[in-house]
Amino acid sequence: MATKHHVTPMLDELENGPWPSFISGFKRLRDDHPDARINGLANGLLGQLEHSYETRKGYWKGGTVSVFGYGGGIIPRFSEVGNAFVESKEFHTVRVQPPASNFYSTDMLRQLGDSWEKHGSGLVTFHGQTGNIMFIGTDTSRIQHFFDEINEYGFDLGGAGPCVRTAMSCIGSARCEMSCFNEQAAHRHLVNNFTDDVHRPALPYKFKFKFSGCPNDCQNAIERADFAVIGTWRDDMRVDQAEFKAAIEKKGRQYIIDNVITRCPTNALALNDDDTIAVDNRNCVRCMHCLNVLPKALGVGEDRGVTILVGGKRTLKIGDLMGTVVVPFMKLRTEEDFEQIVEMAEEIVDFWAENGLEHERTGEMIERIGLVNFLEGIGIDVDPNMVSNPRQSSYIRMDGWDEAAVEWFEKKAEKAAG
Amino acid sequence: MALEDMRPPIETGCPDGFQYMHPMMRRNFGLWAYHEDPQPGVLLHVAKSGEKVWTVRAGTQRILDIFTLRKLCDIGDQQADGYVHFTIRSNIEYFVTEEAKVQPLVDALNEAGFIVGGTRNSVAMMSHTQGWLHCDIPGTDASGVVKAMMDELITEFKEWNMPNRVHLTTSCCQINCGGQGDIAINVQHTKPPKINHDLVANVCERPSVVARCPVAAIRPALVNGKPSLEVDEKKCICCGACFPPCPPMMINDAEHSKLAVWVGGNHSNARGKPTFQKLVAAGIPNNPPRWPEATAVVKNILNAYKADARDWERVGEWVERIGWPRFFEITNLPFTKYHVDTWKGARNSLNASTHIRF
Ligand code: SF4
Ligand code: SF4
Repeated sequence: MATKHHVTPMLDELENGPWPSFISGFKRLRDDHPDARINGLANGLLGQLEHSYETRKGYWKGGTVSVFGYGGGIIPRFSEVGNAFVESKEFHTVRVQPPASNFYSTDMLRQLGDSWEKHGSGLVTFHGQTGNIMFIGTDTSRIQHFFDEINEYGFDLGGAGPCVRTAMSCIGSARCEMSCFNEQAAHRHLVNNFTDDVHRPALPYKFKFKFSGCPNDCQNAIERADFAVIGTWRDDMRVDQAEFKAAIEKKGRQYIIDNVITRCPTNALALNDDDTIAVDNRNCVRCMHCLNVLPKALGVGEDRGVTILVGGKRTLKIGDLMGTVVVPFMKLRTEEDFEQIVEMAEEIVDFWAENGLEHERTGEMIERIGLVNFLEGIGIDVDPNMVSNPRQSSYIRMDGWDEAAVEWFEKKAEKAAG
Repeated sequence: MALEDMRPPIETGCPDGFQYMHPMMRRNFGLWAYHEDPQPGVLLHVAKSGEKVWTVRAGTQRILDIFTLRKLCDIGDQQADGYVHFTIRSNIEYFVTEEAKVQPLVDALNEAGFIVGGTRNSVAMMSHTQGWLHCDIPGTDASGVVKAMMDELITEFKEWNMPNRVHLTTSCCQINCGGQGDIAINVQHTKPPKINHDLVANVCERPSVVARCPVAAIRPALVNGKPSLEVDEKKCICCGACFPPCPPMMINDAEHSKLAVWVGGNHSNARGKPTFQKLVAAGIPNNPPRWPEATAVVKNILNAYKADARDWERVGEWVERIGWPRFFEITNLPFTKYHVDTWKGARNSLNASTHIRF
């Protein structure tokens, strides 16, 4: 089936310039691959994409495609201009969950590549915005074979649709001195507890877990996860005064004042006369700035754990929302700790599944019903760490004040008693 | 396949990453002392045990063809230790435990056409969505925009010449899947959807489309005797939210779907709290194949930031310090009525003080 190559004058311009060109990659598949099926897919794809460039329109529409036993995980794509670009008229993406923290051996990458070459287009992205391996481009008849093959050697589909989505975790403890918990363990404990909700979309909308080892939040968890788990510590930060002095010697006192001392958001740092650093640990908000500038001299403390924020999301429908603090600190070390965080996630997902409107993210539900109702629903007490400031409006009915105040003191006493 | 041949899935979920980690990183898991940045694109992490691992980071075309994937694996086998990691911005990272292996690995990547860099105070690889290539609702392409821009920003990716790291993002619709960035290039529609009334009844669940509109501009209607939908064009904010659940609500327009540029999104907690991006420029033509107008706006902002920001200031922090009037002055971008927010909480973005820089 030797079809004519589509001409692609616009796409050809994306072969110019020093950055690696995806168009050149498509053409390699079209021209140099031994399998005529792959040549055809690449040719059709190039043709349709050129058509999009010329008309400034997209031509893919969704549909329903899945694998046996699952309801999601595939992004179906049928071409609206399939008559003109027959070879790629079906071009579905298979979303596959990457190993936690995105580690691969080259052997495993090759094995995944070989399976995809056999059943798909030979195009793959590590990773999409949600965090999946995106195997881009195959037809309905081949998806089951591809999935069966990779599923046999340990890979499973990710989420698509109104379901728990594939999670993401930073490199964390595997390479980073800022890491405050085992990101991979938390990631797998949580998301693998929800496999049913990943594979069989039945929730109000999507639900995302993301894991960042420290408040630098390399995974954008606060801004885009319904359930953000971010490492932090409770005790004093690690200070190596000899290394701090060495930094002053190397960079100069002025540099350290301008770039470390005065940049602390809570004025928790001071430079002593003897060129040592003083840290007001009670007022440090764990922003990470001074540690980032001086990773040898300053480090995270020993009493590590996580902060959990709930409700981050993108623009649709009420506007972008950050996650907000629901758990200021919890340890995440023992099996019991992990059980506890899994239970909390289950509470949250269940409450939202019951109370969320169709197509409403957790953050939007909280916006609609209020944080306090949400906390009561999941059985978590209010805490001043959850707000930037107390309310500013007096327009609230407060006849339960006395009980609430008593409760506060009782809980406080309970806590003090251990 | 006949039903009896169907194989039930093994629901393993997310695979264990440990089995694919460099053995040295496995040994030192959670036991790291500090890191250094020996050269652009290279990180050195030192464990408490004294063991060292060098990471070499490279940018790629992100959508990898199988030949490119195998080339990346070959480099990993020949020049590194056969283990890789992908960053959130789709860069590939290799690990070596001997300093002598770093430069040959860097050279091999450069020779093969990959771009070593993207660490510390560089312009990082743009995070992007699918666009015309594979999305069902896109107003523009993503890979093409990114390729064209990274061609122009390659020096900034390879070197450390920014005040702090710069995260760029693109999104091909206003849902903004690309997320928050120091500088974001996103589609901005400027006309209400054109409705294909012949199809609405068959393709769309009308009540959910009505519910999807953020400003309640859609109502059910009979058009030419058929059940369809109607948009109050005065209310419509041209967001495109009705398009995904109902493709006959055609929001994408070759001419009127434009690009807008936003700055100051930052997900890190370092210094200030995380921030959302703010609109700075709009009406930029969606101009394939190389989008030169959008790139020019981005470069203009980057140049101003580079010239004026202090070390460690992200784009948003820099603007916060110098003030928005000065930002518009030095970038020579117009400030219009469209910059003044009208959405929920808009009042919080007004200047309720006499803090004004003269
Ligand atoms: S981590 Fe941030 S808040 Fe804490 S002392 Fe350092 S700069 Fe200040
Ligand atoms: S484009 Fe947005 S505002 Fe306009 S009708 Fe559709 S959903 Fe409503």
